Amino acid sequence: MNLATRYMGLMLDSPLVASASPLSQRLDTIRELEDRGASAVVLFSLFEEQIRHDAGALDYFMRVGTDSFGEALSYFPVVEGCEVGPSQYLELIRKASAAVDIPIIASLNGTTDRGWIDFATLMEEAGAKAIELNIYYIPTAMHRTGAQIEEQYLDVVARVKSAVSIPVAVKVGPYFSSFAHMAGRLDRAGANALVLFNRFYQPDFDIETRAVAPTLSLSTPEEIRLPLLWIALLYGHVKCSLAATTGVHSATEVIKYLMAGADVVMSTSALLRHGPSWLAGVHQDLNEWMERKGYESVDQLRGSMSHKALPDSMAFVRGNYIRILESYKSPT
Amino acid sequence: MARKMKTLDGNEAAASIAYRVNEICAIYPITPSSTMGELADQWASEGRKNIWGTVPHVVEMQSEGGAAGAVHGALQTGALTTTFTASQGLLLMIPNMFKIAGELTPAVFHVAARSLAAQALSIFGDHSDVMAARMTGWAMLCSSSVQEAHDLALIAQHATLASRIPFIHFFDGFRTSHEVSKIEVLDDGDVRAMIDDDLVRAHRDRALNPDRPVIRGVAQNPDVYFQARESVNPYYAALPEHVRTAMDRFAGLTGRQYKLFEYFGAADAERVVVLMGSGAETARETIERLNQDGANAGLVQVHLFRPFSAADLLASIPLSVRSIAVLDRTKEPGAAGEPLYQDVLTAFCEAVALGGRSSMPHITGGRYGLSSKEFTPAMVKAVIDNLSSNTPKNHFTVGINDDVSHTSLEYDRAFVTEAEDVVGCVFYGLGADGTVGANKNSIKIIGEEASGYAQGFFVYDSKKSGSRTTSHLRFGPRPIRSTYLVQRARFIACHQFQLVHQLDMLREAVEGAVFLLNSPFSVEGVWDELPASLQEQLIGKRIRFYVIDADAVAEAAGMAGRINTIMQTCFFAISGVLPRDEAIEKIKQSIRATYGRKGADLVEQNFAAVDRTLEHLCEVTLPANVTSTRERAPVVPADAPAFVQQVTAMMMAGRGDDLPVSALPADGTYPSATARWEKRNISDTVPEWQPAICIQCGNCALVCPHSAIRVRYCDQSALAVAPTGFRSAPLAGRGFPNLRFTLQIAVEDCTGCELCVETCPARSLESAGTRAINMTAKAPLFDRERMNFAFFETLPDNVHGRMDASLVRGVQYLTPMFEYSGACAGCGETPYLRLLTQLFGDRLLVANATGCSSIYGGNLPTTPWSINRDGHGPAWANSLFEDNAEFGLGYRLSLDKHREQARELLEALEPQLGADRVGEIRDARQVTPEEVDQQRRRVAALAVDLAAIDRADARALRGLLEHLVRRSVWIVGGDGWAYDIGYGGLDHVLASGRNVNILVLDTEVYSNTGGQASKSTPRGAVAKFAAGGKRGRKKDLGLMAVAYGNVYVAQIAMGASPQQTLDAFLEAEAHDGPSLIIAYSHCIAHGINMRYGLRQQKLATDCGHWPLYRFKPPTNGYAPQFVLDSQAPSIPVKAYAYNEIRYKMLTYMNPDEAARLLALAQQDVDQRWSVYTSMAERWPARSGHPERSRIGRKEPVEVS
Repeated sequence: MNLATRYMGLMLDSPLVASASPLSQRLDTIRELEDRGASAVVLFSLFEEQIRHDAGALDYFMRVGTDSFGEALSYFPVVEGCEVGPSQYLELIRKASAAVDIPIIASLNGTTDRGWIDFATLMEEAGAKAIELNIYYIPTAMHRTGAQIEEQYLDVVARVKSAVSIPVAVKVGPYFSSFAHMAGRLDRAGANALVLFNRFYQPDFDIETRAVAPTLSLSTPEEIRLPLLWIALLYGHVKCSLAATTGVHSATEVIKYLMAGADVVMSTSALLRHGPSWLAGVHQDLNEWMERKGYESVDQLRGSMSHKALPDSMAFVRGNYIRILESYKSPT
Repeated sequence: MARKMKTLDGNEAAASIAYRVNEICAIYPITPSSTMGELADQWASEGRKNIWGTVPHVVEMQSEGGAAGAVHGALQTGALTTTFTASQGLLLMIPNMFKIAGELTPAVFHVAARSLAAQALSIFGDHSDVMAARMTGWAMLCSSSVQEAHDLALIAQHATLASRIPFIHFFDGFRTSHEVSKIEVLDDGDVRAMIDDDLVRAHRDRALNPDRPVIRGVAQNPDVYFQARESVNPYYAALPEHVRTAMDRFAGLTGRQYKLFEYFGAADAERVVVLMGSGAETARETIERLNQDGANAGLVQVHLFRPFSAADLLASIPLSVRSIAVLDRTKEPGAAGEPLYQDVLTAFCEAVALGGRSSMPHITGGRYGLSSKEFTPAMVKAVIDNLSSNTPKNHFTVGINDDVSHTSLEYDRAFVTEAEDVVGCVFYGLGADGTVGANKNSIKIIGEEASGYAQGFFVYDSKKSGSRTTSHLRFGPRPIRSTYLVQRARFIACHQFQLVHQLDMLREAVEGAVFLLNSPFSVEGVWDELPASLQEQLIGKRIRFYVIDADAVAEAAGMAGRINTIMQTCFFAISGVLPRDEAIEKIKQSIRATYGRKGADLVEQNFAAVDRTLEHLCEVTLPANVTSTRERAPVVPADAPAFVQQVTAMMMAGRGDDLPVSALPADGTYPSATARWEKRNISDTVPEWQPAICIQCGNCALVCPHSAIRVRYCDQSALAVAPTGFRSAPLAGRGFPNLRFTLQIAVEDCTGCELCVETCPARSLESAGTRAINMTAKAPLFDRERMNFAFFETLPDNVHGRMDASLVRGVQYLTPMFEYSGACAGCGETPYLRLLTQLFGDRLLVANATGCSSIYGGNLPTTPWSINRDGHGPAWANSLFEDNAEFGLGYRLSLDKHREQARELLEALEPQLGADRVGEIRDARQVTPEEVDQQRRRVAALAVDLAAIDRADARALRGLLEHLVRRSVWIVGGDGWAYDIGYGGLDHVLASGRNVNILVLDTEVYSNTGGQASKSTPRGAVAKFAAGGKRGRKKDLGLMAVAYGNVYVAQIAMGASPQQTLDAFLEAEAHDGPSLIIAYSHCIAHGINMRYGLRQQKLATDCGHWPLYRFKPPTNGYAPQFVLDSQAPSIPVKAYAYNEIRYKMLTYMNPDEAARLLALAQQDVDQRWSVYTSMAERWPARSGHPERSRIGRKEPVEVS
């Protein structure tokens, strides 16, 4: 079975990619992902905000209380190399790139104009084969318009594209008024892939303690529907690759996404739940199904149920709603 | 070949040499020498090599005694070894110093000479410590400046190897050790050229070595000890020549020629001053000036004090001399004179007696500069003038007003010798605002100019938070010898506006000087905000007055609160010390160097701030007249006690130097309850209480480090005259319908730490973010709250008995007798002390080890230890560091003895008093506060009756009556004391079985001296002397004490369980035997936001790093109980540790090592937990069930 896949110009052995997660924080688990069949690994995100915050905190706490009291002019030893920066992340890219054959895709969540460029550049230098821009931005400011937000996204893509020569994937959420339009603009801005969709973690309330609790819940298979819809709609209409993410728990979701038109399918939750060995099972199931259905390659399967392939299907554009209404049409 | 010039302080100058010529450094931290050891440790961790190409080993010991022992051992086995110490530390080394000298072993100890604790402790500089060591037989070489501290360190090393006599190389603590100066530094080639490897080899050959075994340290008997002692004479006789040789060789290398005794001044001087140390620099400057006016005076600067070469001294002094003043920077009470004076006198006497001199000059001796008291040119002049007096004073003092023994010389404060071409600058700031750092940076920048010399000296006050800093900087074309604070300032800056209301800051300003003020007011409005006296000085001295709103500029540049670069830019712009553009370029260079690797945006923000600065710097046109009616408020109110008004207030106002001798208690005894007169107002935000939401749980009052939250209940009728806005609520609880509960904030004393808010469990129904106590801006409610608090203080105290003080909810009403200390905002130690005073304060004696608690507890001008309305309160003393447990044991021995005597006398008076009464008093159970109060009343009644009995034993009993009331002895200190230097004594006191209570305020590091590792420091934490993360695990002090079997041991953490904390204090006090409480104290040295200190305490317990337990020894035939009060670890150590920079920083520096140590730390936790659970199973709580967890999860409370 030919599972070979092309994703943003990278040649992969299969469409299964391990997405950003704690499993991609350590060299040993990255190796295991490769062994179990991941065709590429997206590293956990480097958060510029985290780095800036930690650097600020380190600077602050090393400084606070200093030069105040004659017996204790400082509270910490002076040490070399005590700086907060991306060095550990870059070191991981270097080591991982050397340790495995599959592409290591770095993931970046920046906050400043400068940060996006600087970190992306460093990641390329460290040996990342591609960069996934994890644009995770919750627009809470009431005065900012949708258009301004969209410009911001495009600006980030343009900046990074101008700074690096490796492929740049853009992982976004679906909350745009005109997502198809946005996807097209991102495509034209140079995005080499669209990764659909980012899951935004919303906080929950603990009603007993009346505290806001951050939540981390893993995805469920039901959640594939939104990305499935949009991949199916976009397939063939954008030049960039399409990566599906969210809700992948078995080969079934993988197949659905591929049929919709995804170039690769990424998983985080399933890998966290079941471990890297899950990949082997999915590959096996995928192979079996494709064989049973008579497919010879993933390329053959790809997009076979996209909107392009089913142009008359109202299901994509009007959803189930219209089908229900239709049942009340008078029979003519 | 030009050597490099470098700007550094005396400690670094000395350490730079010591590090390069030694292989082992065994040290123990003590101010002001700690920096030398820390630098050695830093360099070793950076892999810097000594001149033999190897990295020295730096080892921190448990005390200076331990360090001296380790040094001795290392020397005896052939290593080149050194240590750095001062004061008390040097004293602890004396026994080994006798040995090292007796064994003719080369070594150099570098001492930042410091006062000895006598009537008080002092961290400041004088020669008392080295003088106390002069009998050890060590050579003593004195440096007077930062350059000399560098040079003589090397000369000493050469001389010790050549002569085999060990050397004390010393320089003035703080005055030289902390003075920043530009000097020529010696490179490795210079250092090599001064050390003969043959001599090093000879040292190694003498080492203890099984291949050529010898024995040393034998015991000698009367037949030979004397002869053996005298056998060293040739070595001492030869030493001066070795030092001369070393000095000459050094001169050949560098051009700087030192001598054993150096003479400066008129070749035919009639009056000569002899002294050593930094004072010699000032004396030299003064004599140069006086001689310009024909004074014909001279100065002998002593470098080699021991062996004292009379011949060299005499040779250095012109034969023309008629009178000599010898100045000693020490005091030897009861001696015929101070040491240097005696030596000089003896030299001359012997010379005259033996015919070497024809006549005896008139020699006087005097004392100056004790404990870094300023020694100024005016004082030098007074000393010289005294020599010309008809009746010159001998055994005089200079620099103080001695109105008791009348030893002091008068001096003319107007006599100033600051050179015209030296620019003096004074900067006033607050601790941690970056002022000092910026000034050190400015000195560096100016020092880098080929032609410039720069000097800086920094003065701090005694508080650990909100402290004032004063930077004294001088810049000039020649090396600066003025070892005194700036007397003529051409530039004065005030970086914090509120200081204009507290300090007389233009006192040193010369006519036409520049005054730069960081002002939140506009250039037009600022004039009206100044006090009248400042306006007067501005006008009178024709000051050029500049203002800038540095905080606003910083905010606009995205660097809120960081004003230092801005003020530094202003300094360069208007002081004219360097050309403006050049200076700004240099500032930017140093910004790049400091922040370059931390982030481009940090660099850009700083640049933006610098660029914006000049547009916002404005000169103020001075009006012609003073317009202000503002004046500085009196330092203390008129109703303060007399001592506070006359003495304490002077110190608080920075005028302590003006206090005469008679004002100070002769025996070092001071009144308590003085902190309440010092309203520091260091926070702009204070908590505000919301009575309707409050559940009156008592937690906020319990955790407030500064006792700024006070709680009382009272009858509602008492509130009839309360001021408007005085808040109260019905007292929660049944059975008190007429009682009102009130909670008040001492807004002038609050430090704004926010621990109260963080700990409050009550939340408003309408708004989950609003608690029963919330921070708010102080200014709008300032006046109202001051009135409220004043009214609150008139309400009656709540007495024991009505509220259950064994509950957190009940203890809040008890009067604290520990208030408003100078500890860091949010300190983790002080709440435990305050609780201690609430529970037992009126019958408490505290033995307090040196450390943070002795500093915030007893550093003048004020003390937070206080009294209740009856005038009773804790009696407190700090003895030393190493002896605190024994010191406290001494209290108990004395109390027990006196109680025993009182009982004996009581029994003897049975016929007069009646058997029942005697029995009742003698056998009174005094466990609860009520029972103690009852006994007090009995004893008071007895006192009255005894007065009527005319018998000797009745009179004797009256003198001992108070001992029949139970007294509580608490021995308090930090982990540096308990785990390290004081452990031997602590152990012995635990073994004694006596009824003492020991409270260890465990910050897991030497907090007071700036964060050196102790044996309490946990694995993986970064601290000084554990810069790569502490490798070994934390010592389990509690477990060691449990092993005794008869010691009550509790491990507590207020943030994890306030109730368990309270239980432990009560149980410890009740236990008739030794009790040990180890209290987790979060600290600024942990690198945390102090407002989350209690959260960290809880996490420490939750992860198992700090299990809570109480070990109750067996009593009355019952088995012991090991009560585990916390639950099994429920979160990984990481979840606690990585909130703290002390752990987190290792992950940045060395992630692999951080991971390794974290894994081991997790193992430590698991292992310890299993040991504790097995003990809890072996010794279960009495009821037979494992006692339930005491951790009260803060239940959410809804209050409408």
